[in-house]
Amino acid sequence: MNAVADTLPETPRPSNAAAITPARRFGWLLRREFWEHRGGFLWAPLVAGAASLVLSAMGIVLAIVAARGKIQHGEITLHDGTSVAINGLDLGMLTSRMGHEELARLGDGIDLTLIMASGWPFLVLTFVVFFYCLGALYDERRDRSVLFWKSLPLSDSETVLSKVASAILVAPLLATIASILTMFGFLVLVSLVVLFYGGNPYTLLWGPASPLLLSVQYLIAIPVYALWALPTVGWLLMCSAWARSKPFLWAVVVPLLAGILVAWLEFLGVVGDITWPFFRNVVLRALTSVFPVTFMDFEYLKSVDFDVPGAARSLMSPAGVYRNLASLDMWGGAVAGAAMIFAAIRLRRWRDEG
Amino acid sequence: MSAATTGAPVIQARGLRKAYRTKLALDGANFRIEAGRIVGLIGPNGAGKTTALKAVLGLIPFEGELDVLGRDPRTERDDLMRDVCFIADVAVLPRWMRVREAIDFVAGVHPRFDRARCERFLANTQLNPKQRVRELSKGMIVQLHLALVMAIDARLLVLDEPTLGLDILYRKQFYQRLLEDYFDDQKTIVITTHQVEEIEHILTDVMFIRDGKVVLDAAMEDLGGRFTELLVNADQAEAARRLGPVDERSLPFGKTVMLFDGVPQATLSALGETRTPGLADLFVATMRGTYA
Repeated sequence: MNAVADTLPETPRPSNAAAITPARRFGWLLRREFWEHRGGFLWAPLVAGAASLVLSAMGIVLAIVAARGKIQHGEITLHDGTSVAINGLDLGMLTSRMGHEELARLGDGIDLTLIMASGWPFLVLTFVVFFYCLGALYDERRDRSVLFWKSLPLSDSETVLSKVASAILVAPLLATIASILTMFGFLVLVSLVVLFYGGNPYTLLWGPASPLLLSVQYLIAIPVYALWALPTVGWLLMCSAWARSKPFLWAVVVPLLAGILVAWLEFLGVVGDITWPFFRNVVLRALTSVFPVTFMDFEYLKSVDFDVPGAARSLMSPAGVYRNLASLDMWGGAVAGAAMIFAAIRLRRWRDEG
Repeated sequence: MSAATTGAPVIQARGLRKAYRTKLALDGANFRIEAGRIVGLIGPNGAGKTTALKAVLGLIPFEGELDVLGRDPRTERDDLMRDVCFIADVAVLPRWMRVREAIDFVAGVHPRFDRARCERFLANTQLNPKQRVRELSKGMIVQLHLALVMAIDARLLVLDEPTLGLDILYRKQFYQRLLEDYFDDQKTIVITTHQVEEIEHILTDVMFIRDGKVVLDAAMEDLGGRFTELLVNADQAEAARRLGPVDERSLPFGKTVMLFDGVPQATLSALGETRTPGLADLFVATMRGTYA
């Protein structure tokens, strides 16, 4: 009996084997994170964008109603002193009277409005990424599903790195797309209003404004954001992999207590004037780097001249954003973040949920 | 003897030791598991069963020598997990996952997963691809998990209390499936459970573990020859006691049941009624005093 069984050919391996490369496996890990966090990664930024559009629409209606009341005498005074008579807002007249300089200023104004309108998804993103990282390695231990993931041939490194990539690349990319959609949605909304009042949306809005340029600038800024966010992502993932309970408390209280300790030592005269540098470089870097525009990112804005037309477009100019790569802050944080991510990988490997 | 058992062992453990802060979970456990066997790892709560399995699966650090399919689970876990699969508990499938996503994901990452096989196993269940795990009953979650695991052509399958909290229908179905559609002489299955009676008939080997040590390690077919239960009347009790029973308990009307290890059945039948004890009887006898 057994002799027969022994000479049987090995059962052929399922065709699956050849198709699985490390890159594809990583793709599946990213997809898995997306499935679990579809609400935070995809819907939350979209809803934030939609909410901003709804509020804008309400604001516009309010402004129109107010304007109707105000323009009793039927004219608006332009910069050059001439006035346009508009009975019930004839916007077509408005652009035809504008000079080159004024169109540029108008463009600037619209661009700034666009940046503000499209900022909502980014605000939501920061909270999503913060809490995603905090839960990424904790929730799976709490509900014990980590044992299912660990029953598959997936290393702790690839798993943790897929979570890092989801936090600093996938989520920001999706939020950026939501933000760009919001921007265009906002332009369409205002265009409708302009059309309704007889204006030409192209000359009044789409021409002077630079939505495409802003969109590209947003997308180009993602890698810089990713590097900048590393220390916070690393710190939160490490807490998430380490804490037996209440990861939020650990993640927030430990840096704050460290800061208070340093302040206390400074007060006692044990150490020199280091409290602010410590807060700035350690406490805030560990907790707030997922916010895309903290005060430190704005360093480069010192070089932006707001009196020159087109200032709005230089706010997010790649040259300015990428100048951050020259700072020691950036790389010090990135190295610390990478070290903490490594620690998170080791913790996930050996943490025992008995 | 089947050819599979003559090869290298699937698991070889020497002097496994694992101390938690308050207690010793494994205290120099030694055991060896051959290919093509279904081994029951049985012990009371806190005896070290789960710790032993976690060591085998590379989930915890420990001291001692351990070889699983030729690899050390501490240092070669990533490699090992291509040939090993496990179900740790009924509740570990992620609750947010949909049935379809679970299948897609495992198919995407596991080189030994056979999707068609998995779908065949699920075809005659009530599971719907769109359902999330949190919408499933405990029994359905186990059906899904078992279908996923059985579609993986692993050499070692470890099941830690796989049927905990299931009703009898699901429990029977679980083991029947495992035996009919999965097990063959290339595969090895290690099971821990409290429901000794239910797995008794499917095991080829049994290991009792107590206080972190393996106290009994035998093939099921040898148990019958080794252990005998004797029902004696009061007048023969002293004679029987001289043969050194490993356990005895009194029954009403002056009768006593004694358990013998290694005493020929012919010798004993002269003293009273003999029978082959069940695994549960052996378990109770071996573990007497554990919770005292």
